[in-house]
Amino acid sequence: MFAHYRLRRGLDIPLKGEADRLTVPVEPSAEYAIKPTDFQHIIPKLLCKENDRVLIGTPLFSDKNRPNLLFTSPVSGRVSAIVRGDKRRLLEIRILPDNTDTAVTFPTAAPEELPREQIVDLLLQSGLWPYIIQRPYGLIARPEDTPKALFISCFNSAPLAPDYDFVFADRQEQLEMGLRVIERLCPGNIHLGLSHNTSAHSVFKRLKAHIHIFRGPHPAGNVGVQIHHVCPVGKGQVVWTLSPMGLAAIGHLFLTGMYDNSRMVALTGSACLRPQYVLCRQGLQLSALQEYAAPREEEVRYVSGDPLTGDNAGPSGFLGFYHQQVTFLPEGNTRELFGWARPLRFKKFSAARTYLSYLSTRFGKTFRFDLNTNTNGGVRAFVMTGEYRKVLPMDIFVSFLLKAILAGDIDKMEALGIYEVIPEDLALCEFVCSSKVEIQQILQDGIDLMIKEMQ
Amino acid sequence: MKGIKKFTFLRSTIDAFDAFLRVPDTVTRKGSHIRDCNDLKRVMIVVVIALIPCLLFGMYNTGLQHYLASGTGAGLPGFWQIFWYGFLKVLPLVIVSYVVGLGIEFTVAQIRGHEVNEGYLVTGMLIPLIMPVTVPLWMLALAVAFAVIIGKEIFGGTGMNIWNPALLARAFLFFSYPSHMSGDDVWTDGFSGATPLAGLSEGTSWEGMASWRDMFLGFIPGSVGETSVPCILLGAALLLYTGVASWKIMASCVAGAGIICLLTGQPLHYHLVMGGFAFGCVFMATDPVTSPQTESGKWVYGLLTGAMTLIIRLYNPGYPEGMMLSILLMNTFTPLIDHYVVSINMKRRIKRTAGHGQ
Repeated sequence: MFAHYRLRRGLDIPLKGEADRLTVPVEPSAEYAIKPTDFQHIIPKLLCKENDRVLIGTPLFSDKNRPNLLFTSPVSGRVSAIVRGDKRRLLEIRILPDNTDTAVTFPTAAPEELPREQIVDLLLQSGLWPYIIQRPYGLIARPEDTPKALFISCFNSAPLAPDYDFVFADRQEQLEMGLRVIERLCPGNIHLGLSHNTSAHSVFKRLKAHIHIFRGPHPAGNVGVQIHHVCPVGKGQVVWTLSPMGLAAIGHLFLTGMYDNSRMVALTGSACLRPQYVLCRQGLQLSALQEYAAPREEEVRYVSGDPLTGDNAGPSGFLGFYHQQVTFLPEGNTRELFGWARPLRFKKFSAARTYLSYLSTRFGKTFRFDLNTNTNGGVRAFVMTGEYRKVLPMDIFVSFLLKAILAGDIDKMEALGIYEVIPEDLALCEFVCSSKVEIQQILQDGIDLMIKEMQ
Repeated sequence: MKGIKKFTFLRSTIDAFDAFLRVPDTVTRKGSHIRDCNDLKRVMIVVVIALIPCLLFGMYNTGLQHYLASGTGAGLPGFWQIFWYGFLKVLPLVIVSYVVGLGIEFTVAQIRGHEVNEGYLVTGMLIPLIMPVTVPLWMLALAVAFAVIIGKEIFGGTGMNIWNPALLARAFLFFSYPSHMSGDDVWTDGFSGATPLAGLSEGTSWEGMASWRDMFLGFIPGSVGETSVPCILLGAALLLYTGVASWKIMASCVAGAGIICLLTGQPLHYHLVMGGFAFGCVFMATDPVTSPQTESGKWVYGLLTGAMTLIIRLYNPGYPEGMMLSILLMNTFTPLIDHYVVSINMKRRIKRTAGHGQ
């Protein structure tokens, strides 16, 4: 039996530039990279040097506190550069590909025949373990924990997000194998969140697990929102999450013994010339996608990820470890005369009713907006109330949580639900905020403080 | 902005005027790359627009009351003449309110080096509307300064204040210069006419007062913007449609008054149109900064505000107008109300997650 959840609060931002359902391969980029900054709260310890020869699956660095947590190379070739930032912080490990796709082979067997420890070891060694993220805090899961559940959200409701039914249509075998593997990690407690719109032919409907069907606007597809409704996380509890991409990669490992470096990436955004899907490898340099950026008057921002939570990677940046989407957005560094004072602003979208553009959401996909990166106003103190609640289908008082974080009050943060949210869950609150508060950053600071204080 | 380098010490003032005309070119750095185009300037301007019917009617009514009071029975002058008289009386109040208030806001922003907050756009319009038209301008200026400095800036500016600044301005005058503000001697300009509320507190019977229809339409003496219920309802419609003000607070405020009326046998329909009830309920009680942030808190706050207004009106003959005091009192209790609502949420959260224990 499927459990159904109807979420009424949320917002689907009507953006231009949804990817067409067609896939083309993309030319390999000059360099590939893995970025330690993609992973929360790890201290990278290098395991390679420049000019080392690496294969797909060769460990490049590990976490200083957990030496068995390895991060492996997405391509075969030569380590071309180790890029460091301020205070010698490790930013990127770049690899010059030899385009032979030679991979390390890991010894595998049917997951049912392996003890849990061996499966964990295999995932750690192959570099696939970082796909498993824990709640609270959104950190890479700790293998020694026993999670009370493992959640996989099988749809992405973020603006312009890739359609997982399309992306994973021909990866059923890998998904099924992946499920058999994680079943060994968290027996009997695998939960899949499906969309109300998931078609009956969807590959996800054939998977065997606890299925929960969510209906409603973004952030219904966020795994944090789904956990909140099915199995909320409290103090001392741990829930693991995994993306379908990670699930397929784990399946691929157990089917072939090799690290899966393929990515189907949705190219989206109003500054994207041909929004569509491309087949590439993990860690792609975004300059390889330059032909997809529309020639516009404004500069184009290359975002690895979706427009609400992605990273501003820039054209010479790299596709993030967890990302399956690249969004091209026009920069908004221009000045609009009488912006806020205009009765109507047809080219801008607002979810608030102080403009009439909110009406556009009533007409399905007829009206789409070309939003740029302008903040549309200066940062102010919290003034309006009830804004965040309208876009967050969770029983959490966002403004009080944020104030507790700003005040550094650990007890209050705990009581107000910091265990249940990570920045992506509050991304929409940040979008609608009329005071332009940087909510995701504040929440991340709060999470950092919790981790520091709880050690 | 490069051409006016020598005025760098006026940076935030120049920036404020510049940002007023053109949306700044700041782009998102962290977090969400795109942002909603709604900002506080837009929110505030919607409230100012919602106040315009009240302002225009207030001007007309000021003239009307003048000619009614000084009338010799020879009939009233034409509409425009009445309006023009009121316009000349009310406009100085608006100008003084904005010049003094914005002057302080700009100075404070300058000293602190932050951007000028737009909250005063609304406060500056509210203050003249809740003053008797005869208030001396120096008194108004003093009240505005008190409200902005003591009521808002010492707390940290818009968004941090505890009490509604506009009401604080009125309360300041009410307690500092009671002879000018008691409300029963508002129209000293050649005539003094008791406002209905003053009549009520002096025990005048309902029959002896202005008719319900006059009080509803607003052709009665009173503060500039608070008399006409149709104009207030127009403003309310805009605020509710745009979602800038909370319908929960408005509805529960009326309900709170209704409960006291039921208990005491008072006619609710009179109380809703008398004095500042309608104006306070629509424009003052709904101030998002000084009213609760939680949705259930808004219900409690509104109910208590409405009820307290009636209680003050009925049982405290010293202060005929209960709306101002009751909103200020409930503003004080807003953090407490929110505290309880949030505590309930915290307990619910513990229960919920415990139910799914490991």
